[in-house]
Formats: sequence, structure tokens, C-alpha cells
Amino acid sequence: MNLTLYIWRQKNPNDSGRMVRYEVRNVNPDMSFLEMLDVLNEDLTLKGEEPVAFDHDCREGICGMCGAMVNGVAHGPVAGVTLCQLHMRNFKDGDAIYIEPWRARAFPVIKDLVVDRSAFDRIIQAGGFISISAGSAPDANSIPIPKQIVERAMDAAACIGCGACVAACPNASASLFVGAKISHLGLLPQGQPERDRRALAMVEAMGQELFGSCTNVGACEAVCPKGIKLEVIARMNRDFLLASLRHRPETQTAGVG
Amino acid sequence: MRLDARIPSGPIEKAWDECRFEMKLVSPANKRKYNIIVVGSGLAGASASATLGELGYNVKCFFFQDSPRRAHSIAAQGGINAAKNYQNDGDSVFRLFYDTIKGGDFRAREANVYRLAQISLNIIDQCVAQGVPFAREYGGLLANRSFGGAQVSRTFYARGQTGQQLLLGAYQALMRQVAGGQVKIFPRTEMLDLIVIGGKARGITTRNLITGKIESHVADAVVLATGGYGNVFYLATYAKGSNCTAIWRAYKRGAGFANPCFAQIHPTCIPVTGEYQSKLTLMSESLRNDGRIWVPLKKGDKRPPNEIPEQERDYYLERMYPAFGNLAPRDIASRAAKRVCDEGRGVGATGLGVYLDLTDAIRRVGRQTIMERYGNLFDMYKLITAEDPYEVPMRIYPAIHYTMGGLWVDYRLMSTIPGLFVIGEANFSDHGANRLGASALMQGLADGYFILPYTIGDYLAGATLEKVDADHPTCREIEQNVQITIKQLLSINGKRTVNSFHRELGKMLWEHCGMSRNAEGLQYALAKIPEMREEFWRNVKVPGSGEQLNQSLERALRVADFFELAELIVLDALERNESCGGHFREEYQTPEGEALRDDENYSHVAVWEYQGLDRRPLLHKEPLQFQYVLPSQRSYK
Repeated sequence: MNLTLYIWRQKNPNDSGRMVRYEVRNVNPDMSFLEMLDVLNEDLTLKGEEPVAFDHDCREGICGMCGAMVNGVAHGPVAGVTLCQLHMRNFKDGDAIYIEPWRARAFPVIKDLVVDRSAFDRIIQAGGFISISAGSAPDANSIPIPKQIVERAMDAAACIGCGACVAACPNASASLFVGAKISHLGLLPQGQPERDRRALAMVEAMGQELFGSCTNVGACEAVCPKGIKLEVIARMNRDFLLASLRHRPETQTAGVG
Repeated sequence: MRLDARIPSGPIEKAWDECRFEMKLVSPANKRKYNIIVVGSGLAGASASATLGELGYNVKCFFFQDSPRRAHSIAAQGGINAAKNYQNDGDSVFRLFYDTIKGGDFRAREANVYRLAQISLNIIDQCVAQGVPFAREYGGLLANRSFGGAQVSRTFYARGQTGQQLLLGAYQALMRQVAGGQVKIFPRTEMLDLIVIGGKARGITTRNLITGKIESHVADAVVLATGGYGNVFYLATYAKGSNCTAIWRAYKRGAGFANPCFAQIHPTCIPVTGEYQSKLTLMSESLRNDGRIWVPLKKGDKRPPNEIPEQERDYYLERMYPAFGNLAPRDIASRAAKRVCDEGRGVGATGLGVYLDLTDAIRRVGRQTIMERYGNLFDMYKLITAEDPYEVPMRIYPAIHYTMGGLWVDYRLMSTIPGLFVIGEANFSDHGANRLGASALMQGLADGYFILPYTIGDYLAGATLEKVDADHPTCREIEQNVQITIKQLLSINGKRTVNSFHRELGKMLWEHCGMSRNAEGLQYALAKIPEMREEFWRNVKVPGSGEQLNQSLERALRVADFFELAELIVLDALERNESCGGHFREEYQTPEGEALRDDENYSHVAVWEYQGLDRRPLLHKEPLQFQYVLPSQRSYK
């Protein structure tokens, strides 16, 4: 099939950027979306033009590195998949496809479709972990965890940090991402000691990174390739609220003797 | 090149304990005076960086992706082995050790593997404490499953996303250290050379992938955790960015490269469909627990699978290996698939595929249970092929998946360059000629959490390290060389893209140094690869400049190294006149077509020493001794 692509081209963060039209011929329906872009890039290279920069790595839907707005939808028209797993059979011959980077103040464009998502790493640094150093763990079976609980934790832990939720949100909120980590760790017994601290610190970090607030639009859930549910945001809000009420300044006089 | 494996003497059960006692310690107050560079942020790199940070060292961690969480460990599906014996089915440290030595076809070091089996216990504890949501039984305790090539259930798993969950655990531990200031991360930064000063590894030269800036970073020790080199075959289950550059540059600076020809070919991948294809996708071999693998009995039988009656199907693994059946180890299952396809009985449009059929299991345990076990895998298969595995059997074919070969390391994970440590898939150490399923995650984490953090301390405590900084003449010289290479690539302005060269190289290797190899084909490849490399340097087209994000340039630098590595792989395969594990030489097989090892002449690790680009590298041998598991022909019948 033959397609017309309109792709966002931006040389660097300071460039204003623009949509550029490309024609691609003989696209095989079994190709993935990224393979279609590979073919375009091969052509551009041979013509002496600069290929379109886009992030990708595993190409099997798990690393979270790829992603773009395809006709205005994060990761494109098929629900529950990343861009690398979107196949061209979902498009028709003659289609026009608009491809743009994630748009959010917290995700500045680096080049073309490549954006800077390091804000996500900094939110995790604020508290998205359980403080346990190597060697100090008790036997793995010493704390039984009900199967239902661990399955729910796993549902939340499936987040791949791709940023589609932010890109889809009219407020560019990172609540689905943050809620997923707060839920994953907060559901497990191992995550309890730091539950309050984590909720306070991660929510605060999200604000500092200039992500917006959640207004329950639900666009994030609709585009999440891993099916993370809005309920993680409810959980985040509840944990944050409780933690705010329970919060006491940490003691400054630890370590007597 | 001197190969001293530094294997502790005395009984194997005590070896690691004794080694730990013998090793010198760095006092807590002194740890902060040492700088350590870690390259790579997968299971090995992230766990090592986090743990070294916890201990108090200053750590710099480099990776080419935008976040440490992208590393390709994330894609491991099936699980992680540990000899916990929670299932009371007769597992033990010794059995895991035994299975791994045998599975590796007696080409791994006994002491290393025994230590790996011992440490497997601690890994699971550590991961659970970090919040890794492993599957559990209704009673709340951990669930296990059996996995490719094992007769006990020792594999821990988190749905089909075990690698993801383990990596997120290590990543979160790493982020905690970043927050605490012990580790500094360098995203989108690629190592392009190793800095060796005074015979010791003292740093790395990097390129910032956003700005193109070339920089030197110096340290007291360097750890490479850069994964495997399977992308040399172009089509593989690796991430697109996975590359050999870090270990290849270290090799060119004097690190021995061990067993480069040992590559694992995974039996259950989605078959190739066209020339445009950029990678191959693995279907977890846990599917083999419930799936039955078959092809039509008759050659060229093009009927749809549902119309082929039971008696006209050949469940060839069950027929050839009744004891293990569909669970036969990866190398065995892959070769069997190739054999039936070579006989003209392959399925699908290309004839390069076999059926993996879960119909019987769906009938036996119900669609719901199968959905719980494999739902995400079925979804993935359907996305890629547009076929529904609940209705039509899946088609699978072997693909390059893992490299057992890598930089040579001693028992303490140090390469032949003092101060250069190599961990995870990047080293050669624990899997011999074939890796068992669910053992890669185990090794990466064992190295990173529990081995390297001790052994690197011993090196630092005992080494005399002159003070060096990034202005050292050696650093400047290497930076200049890197600049020259980049300029050269950008100025060729030829007629072919980097990908077209890479694809051609991959095809050459897959055909002549893939699932089966023979001297004639290897000789042919050995003659052709230098010609291809020469054309690459004459005719490649790399657009753009070096002072910006330039993905074509990144690929060109990686492929340039793949060309050189490919030659070494072929040379090693040609030199090893036996069949073992993933290395199958057609000249050396039993009458039934099984691999025929030659323990008398090849019970060694082949370690290559670089001598210059157009000179044959020197071959050194580390003999392997087996005291606890005596070599026998692997039989899965």
C-alpha cells in the first residue's frame, strides 16, 4: 500500500519545528510502524536527506523507549500496544498519517520525534523504591503475600514508563505513571514502611517537574499500552492524603551513642 | 597473555567462602575515595552500580538509552532459576550446578557455576525484598514452574515479564543511590573506547549522543556490563541498540575474548516474514511446558494445520527425545527444528517454521487457565502475525538470542586487563556452550549484587594506582582517534546505507556460522567478511554531522565493530573442531545426528588475543577440569 506521512521535523530543542510531507510506496501490511519508518529513513538516506530521528530499542513492546502521536493518538489507533507493535495492516492504502512527538512541557523535544523523559527517572529517585541494600533480605518465603494482592501489584508494576499517559493528558499530568509505582510498592508488605514517605515525595517531585494535575479525564488509561487502570490514581490520591495527615517532621536526633 | 583463572583450591562447596575470606577489604572510610565506572544498566550493570553505591563507592553509570530501565534485560520473559527447592521436588544447589554444567555441554568452569547456584538463593530473597511481584500460590508463598531443560520446578516468574520486574527492582535500587549522590548516571552516552594507562583499565572514552561531545572519564576500575553481541547476526531477539562496541574496544586494548563462536539460538521465535524485518520476537519457551511442537509427516504438506489429522503429524521432539520431549534444551530443540525444515516439512509461507500447538492443553486445563498462563504471549503473537493462537497453532522458528561467549574473566570476574571487570552476558563465564532457560537473569544479578562488589574491593585494596585525570595524554590521544573515525565515517558518502551492510553481514553469518557450521562454509565466510568490511569503509553513506543526535552515525560505529567481531566468531568456529552446545559442526556428529564433543582436544576455553586488524589473533587455551560432574554425552532421550 501507499501512504502519505506528515512528520514533525525539528533539528534541535531550539528549532521551532514543522510538519513535513513524505510519500511512502509499497508498504507491506505485515510491517510494524517503526519498520515502515525504517524504510522511509533508508530512502531519505540514499537521497542525501537526513533521516527522521525516533527513539526505539527492544521493538517488542516492553522497553518503553518508542512512542509518538499517530493521528493525534499516543502509540496510534490500536489500544494496548506500543508504537513498535503497531502493524501497518491497521492502516489503509492511501491513508494520510500525522506523526508527532509527545507534547508536554516536562518532555522537551530533543530532535524530530525524540523527547527527553528524564523527569520520570527523577520522580522515581524521589521515592519510587524500597530501601533495601543487597545482602540484607530475609528468606523470600518469610512473608506470605495473598495472590490477589501480588496480582494487583503486578498489574501496576507492568508500567513501562513510555510517557504516553502524559502525552495524552490535556494537563500533561504524570499521575498514571506515579500512581502505578505508588500502587505497585504500596500494595506489597515490603513497601509499607516507606508508604507515606513515598507518596509525599513522588507527588511533590511530579509537581516540581512541571507535570500538570489530574482532572479525571481518563485519556491516560485509554492510551496506556500496558492497561494501567485509573484506580492507581485514586490510590495515589488516597495515600497522599493520608500521608499528609499523618505526616510528622523526621526526627533530627537519630543515632544516639 | 597469561590466563590465571584464580580458582580457589579445596572443595567446591567451600570455594566461594574461602575466596571471600582471602580477599582484601576496603575500609568503609576509604570506599568513598574510589571511583568506579560501570558501563551498561541492565540487570548486571544496574545491580552492580546500585550495590557499589550502597557500599559507599563513587560510581558513574553509562548507558546509551534515555533511562537505565530501557536496557534489554527488560525483555526477558520466562523467569529466573534458584535452587530454593520450595517445591520439594528434589532440587538442590548441587542439582542446579549439575544441570548448568551439563546443559553447557561441559564447556564452563565448575567453580564459577557452583558459586552461581549457591548465590541463586540470595537473589530471590533480595528481589522479593525490593518488591518484585513474583507469582504466588493461593497460600501466599512463591510459585515455581519448570523451564526449558529442567526436570524440577525451580523457576520464579512474574507473568511473562520476569526480566522487566527484576530490572525495575535493580533500576529502583539504582535510582535510590542516584538520589543519595553515590551514583551518577549518564544517559544517552555511548562508550567508544577503553582507557588503559600503566597496563590498568583507568577509564572510558564516550560520545554524548545528543551533543556529539567526545569525553574521557577516568576511574580506579571499569566494569563492563554491556550485554551480548548477538546483533552481529542482524536479525536477533536483541534490542536494536544492543552492540559489541564496548567489549570489542576492550578486546582491541588487550582483553582476551573467550569462545566468540558460542551463540545461542532460541527455538521459539516468530518466523521471519520479509526483507524489511528489523528484529525477531521471542515467544517465551515456557510455552513449551504446555505446547506440543510438530510438523506434517509428509514433505510439502500445505494443508492448514487443523486439517492435518493426528496420525499425519510428527511430534518430532517427543519422538526423538522421549524423556524431555518438548522441553529439550534450546540447542537441541533448535537444531531439530532446522532438521525437519531442511527435510522440506517446514510450515508457513517460507517453509521455515514449525507448529507450537496448545490445543491439547486448552482441552485439558481449559482456555481460562491457558489465558492466565500465556495470555500476554498470545496477545503479542496475534499482534505480530494477525493469527489467533487459541484457534490456530503458532508458527515458530529458531533465532539468535544470547551469546555465551564474551570477554574472558577469572573467578573474580576480572578480564586480562587489570582493573577491567566484565559482568553479565558480556563475559563468557558460566554457561559454557549453551545456556539453560532462566539462567541469564540469575547470572546477571549474581554478578552484580553478590560477586563483583566483593571482588572489585579486593582489586582496589591491592592495586597501586597512580593518579590520573582526563587530561592525561592517553585520554587525549584516544579522543582524537575516536574523532578521526567519526569524521571518516561521515565523509565516505558512499552509495549504501548502514543497515544494508549490517543485513548482508548478518545473512553471511547466519548461513555459514549459524545453527550448523562446516569448515567449507566457515572458510568461505572468513574470506568474504573482510571484503564486505572493506566495502563498508569505502561505500557506506552516513548522513548528518557528528555534533548532533545522529542515529545513522551511532549505527555505523556499531556495525563497523560488528564487521571485525564477525571475523573472530568465524575463526573461533573454524578452530573448534567438535560440536558442543550451540556450536554444531556438521563434520562432528553421532550417527543419530547429535552433537559430538571432543573432550580430549577441546575441553578448554578458547581465548583470543588481538594482534592488529589484519593479523591473525593469537589463540590461548584455558583448560577445563571436571571433578564433580564428569563429562558424558548429553542425553535427553
